[in-house]
Amino acid sequence: MIELQNLSKTFNTADGTVQALKNISLTVNDGDIYGIIGMSGAGKSTLVRCINMLERPTNGRVLIDGVNIGELTQAKLREVRRNVTMIFQSFNLLMQRTCLDNICFPLELAGVSKSKAKQRARELLKTVGLPDKESAYPSRLSGGQQQRIAIARALATNPKILLCDEATSALDPKTTEAILELIQKINKELGITVIIITHQMSVVEKVCNRVAILDDGCVAEEGAVNDVFTMPKSRAAKRLVFSSNNDNAIPEELLKNTIRVIYNGALVAGTPIIAKMAIDSQIEANILYAQTKCIGDKVFGNMILGINGGNEQLENAIEYLQKIPDIIVRREA
Amino acid sequence: MLEQIMSNDAVIEALQIIQSEFLLAIWETVYVTLVSTAVAVLIGLPLGVLLVVGAPDGVLPLPKTVLAVLNTLINLLRSIPFLILMILVIPFTRLVVGTVVGTTASIVPLVIASAPFVARLAESSLRELNPNIIEAAQSMGATPMQIIVKVMIPESVPSLMSNLTIAITTILGYSAMSGIIGGGGLGKIAINYGYYRYKYLVMLVAVFFLIVLVQIFQSVGTRISKKSDKRIRS
Repeated sequence: MIELQNLSKTFNTADGTVQALKNISLTVNDGDIYGIIGMSGAGKSTLVRCINMLERPTNGRVLIDGVNIGELTQAKLREVRRNVTMIFQSFNLLMQRTCLDNICFPLELAGVSKSKAKQRARELLKTVGLPDKESAYPSRLSGGQQQRIAIARALATNPKILLCDEATSALDPKTTEAILELIQKINKELGITVIIITHQMSVVEKVCNRVAILDDGCVAEEGAVNDVFTMPKSRAAKRLVFSSNNDNAIPEELLKNTIRVIYNGALVAGTPIIAKMAIDSQIEANILYAQTKCIGDKVFGNMILGINGGNEQLENAIEYLQKIPDIIVRREA
Repeated sequence: MLEQIMSNDAVIEALQIIQSEFLLAIWETVYVTLVSTAVAVLIGLPLGVLLVVGAPDGVLPLPKTVLAVLNTLINLLRSIPFLILMILVIPFTRLVVGTVVGTTASIVPLVIASAPFVARLAESSLRELNPNIIEAAQSMGATPMQIIVKVMIPESVPSLMSNLTIAITTILGYSAMSGIIGGGGLGKIAINYGYYRYKYLVMLVAVFFLIVLVQIFQSVGTRISKKSDKRIRS
């Protein structure tokens, strides 16, 4: 179990101090695939680096299985790092080493004999699906293949926790999918807890069971992915969830006389509720935003309606829609 | 003047000198250059590593004063013209080698002049390295020493090799200059025959051989640097 308790991090830069993390507390359970999502500059990368002390928090504690790793000696911390490994956006492979030697590298650091390290590296090449790239150099590999090698390298020391820092951000959608599947497989088969840092909603949707939304150094919202993504409460969460196709985020001024209709279940998605509402109650609704998503094995949807006719009609619309089963309605602004 | 240089007598004389002295002179030049470079690398590379890892954001930050002293010392040695440095270090040369003339004696000023140069070259090579790779090694539990030996230096080999080539050709030039204070090699021949005794043809031949040596060192160095770089797809 990983517990972050009241983490803060302040950087001193030439332009003054920057508070990257503000009093962050999170708990990640064993076996989780935990997503930490936020816009760039939200402090995600700093947060993940605090988990293995690549970045020392200014305040607060990081407990891994109850051990406060901020208090460990350098030598002990290096041991912890064999247990909490990391993959990166830019893969960060050693370019002058073959793939096999790259995977051997953490074992070499740990003092494992050459022959044993090579044997383990060959097993891992099979695990990540690249058994034929043993003697290839990273520059010969595609991005997806390089990330697979990086994953194999991260698995070499049999870690309990894998940190992924924007691990799929440099990859195309198809490769991203394949890498996420590999991460899922690792989580299931090897029982490794995974923490995924990303700015991509789709990544969290696909693999994570829990998610924390980071905004301006604070946890805006935290919980099961289903809950957070269907009923985002915080502004930051809404911004992320409802503008996942980024270009058409709704302008703030349009959100004035609006309600949010949240529906979960395939049945509702198949009913023309807006048309029915107009016929039944003469309420004119304007669809500002609508999207349905498959999250896990359930279908969820979200819609923002602009309602004509002021407050009264707004109340009427809420009343009308709330009668339909599996629908939650809230005033938006 | 050209007629004077290329007159029959001059050519015959030059041929004799070439025959009797050039083989040894070329050998001396190569020997001095290679030994000086080797010793300069032995001193300069660790200094270059220290400059990089000892920086405030390096993997093994040094006290600010230590780093400042190191930087100042290197700059100081780098700012003294080689011709003057050679003369300044004569007492030290006598202390180390026992003599101040000859091929071996010229290695001392050459090393003192080129080690700081090599340190700066190594520093710039090591700084080119992507800092993310060092961070990755840290995330895997590498000690600062392991990062230096297993990551920074091996990953910088192509750049270090091409900078080493620059160092060798520069040291070759310095070694020719050391002919003035009694160092051996092609420089001595060029100065003794060309400058003191107006045998320009001999001087030109000496210069020609120096050019050939630079060409050889440069092309071999470039080739090794390229060959060693696994980032290049070929």
